[in-house]
Amino acid sequence: MSIGNEDVNKISRLAAISVSEDEVSQVADKLSSILDLFAQMQAVDTDGVEPMSHPLDQVQRLREDVVTETNQREKFQKIAPSAEGGMYLVPQVIE
Amino acid sequence: MHRLSIRQMSEKLHSREITSVALTQHYLDRIEKYDSELNAYISVTPELAIEMAKKADEMLDKGEGSFLTGVPVAHKDIFCVDGVKTSCGSKMLHNFVAPYDATVVEKLKAVGMPILGKTNMDEFAMGSSSESSYYGPTKNPWNLNAVPGGSSGGSASVIAAGLAPLATGTDTGGSIRQPASFCGITGIKPTYGAVSRYGMIAYASSFDQGGPMTRSAEDAAWLLDAMAGFDKKDSTSLEQEKLNYLAHLDDSLQGLKVGVPKEYFGEGLSGSVSSAVKEAVEVLRQQGAEIVEVSLPNKDLAVPAYYVLAPAEASSNLSRFDGVRYGYRCENPQDLSDLYMRSRSEGFGTEVKRRIMVGAYALSEGYYDAYYLKAQKLRRMVRDDFVKAFEKCDVIVGPVAPTTAFNIGEKSDDPISMYLEDLYTIPVNLAGLPAMSVPAGFAEGMPVGLHLIGTYHSEAKLLNVAHQFQQVTSWHEQMPEVYQ
Repeated sequence: MSIGNEDVNKISRLAAISVSEDEVSQVADKLSSILDLFAQMQAVDTDGVEPMSHPLDQVQRLREDVVTETNQREKFQKIAPSAEGGMYLVPQVIE
Repeated sequence: MHRLSIRQMSEKLHSREITSVALTQHYLDRIEKYDSELNAYISVTPELAIEMAKKADEMLDKGEGSFLTGVPVAHKDIFCVDGVKTSCGSKMLHNFVAPYDATVVEKLKAVGMPILGKTNMDEFAMGSSSESSYYGPTKNPWNLNAVPGGSSGGSASVIAAGLAPLATGTDTGGSIRQPASFCGITGIKPTYGAVSRYGMIAYASSFDQGGPMTRSAEDAAWLLDAMAGFDKKDSTSLEQEKLNYLAHLDDSLQGLKVGVPKEYFGEGLSGSVSSAVKEAVEVLRQQGAEIVEVSLPNKDLAVPAYYVLAPAEASSNLSRFDGVRYGYRCENPQDLSDLYMRSRSEGFGTEVKRRIMVGAYALSEGYYDAYYLKAQKLRRMVRDDFVKAFEKCDVIVGPVAPTTAFNIGEKSDDPISMYLEDLYTIPVNLAGLPAMSVPAGFAEGMPVGLHLIGTYHSEAKLLNVAHQFQQVTSWHEQMPEVYQ
């Protein structure tokens, strides 16, 4: 299956990864070759086969609805790229 | 000292013939001497190592401590170590000092194992060669022009060169077994959920599995024993009584049924690798095992299914790296979107970006059924093949990889060729089975691994087969001449 430049731009937005104009064609080629690898799956009859999301078919374990973590805000904010007054700083979002 | 088995090391430590400080310093000296050419460590932590070794010696002086107390260990840089840089081989986490310990690290700290450092790896564990690290490629101690395999290539390299006696690794699609095979060491990927994933930076959550990388099967059994067990902090951890991985090491192989999949010896497998593996199977036969043919008909579908499912999970797991709370942030972001897009674009390497994009595409509207759902169905078919095969045998054997270690740069521009390196290992991860690589000979001067695959929770059986094989072979004792 062939991926075009338009598709790359769409995937780039979905993945939140910018792709420069110079790279688009190269990315399209590589993604196309990976999708070709996937094509061999389509020939297999999987009707009636139950999808498997967990290798041991286990269900998600639930836990009591109680707080178990301690507040470690200061420890975590120390490694943030930009934090002040207990908050993470990002560029202005609302004008 | 680096030629001692872990049993010998433990005996000398407990009898106080050697101290943990002396043993740890010995490895630190070797790292200082050899790591610049191997690039197998991302971080070396000498102060932490010696401080921990002193504490281990205090325990041992009092007659306390367990089998592994005082034995140093290296951790793959995917495991968080409190206060130590944990980069996962990525520029994205180049500045990340973990604020807590992974459960595996916590467990090994608790038994008193000094931490030598963090080993190099493919970025976010995505790769089969350890070339995609932000810190540059790791070299194979058997040939510095060759890759050590990936993604746990750093851990394999440090064991093979004697720069650590034990190391942790992780295996998402073969990342313990393939580097173990390429470097001539022993590595075991346990049953999915047997070793906690808490504090292990996630790539593909339904595949990622931590495990030991060591010289011998007996060493692996001891390290796995210390690493494994239920962890309430990991929702994927198996809620079961801890298994005894050491109990059956000395069992005879008489009557053991060894399955050889006919599909594992077809086109694409190097002739010399095939010969080495067949000779290893013959050794097992001579030890009393019965060899039976089994079939894994959907083996070839495992690679495409994996490369849909793992990137899909990666696209979700790696969405947390956005430049806001930790990790790399781009310079002067113009707005929030620019912050996300540029931080991720500049922080991730080529293969990671490629897999995130493939995953995002496979999960996108209109393609979910064709790719993701289809791959999940194929996953069950691959798993069912194994279940059927294990009706005829106790253990499945075959090659770990189609070739021996390839040269650095040989496959880095061809992702498909790189993905096919994991042809024999990926089916095991789809099924969540335990499997290991055991040194089984050489082809063109490079190590070859024997792949042992077991049914769920049969790690003790795999370790038994590997240990018995190592009682009559010496491949696991070989070291590259320069590092002896």
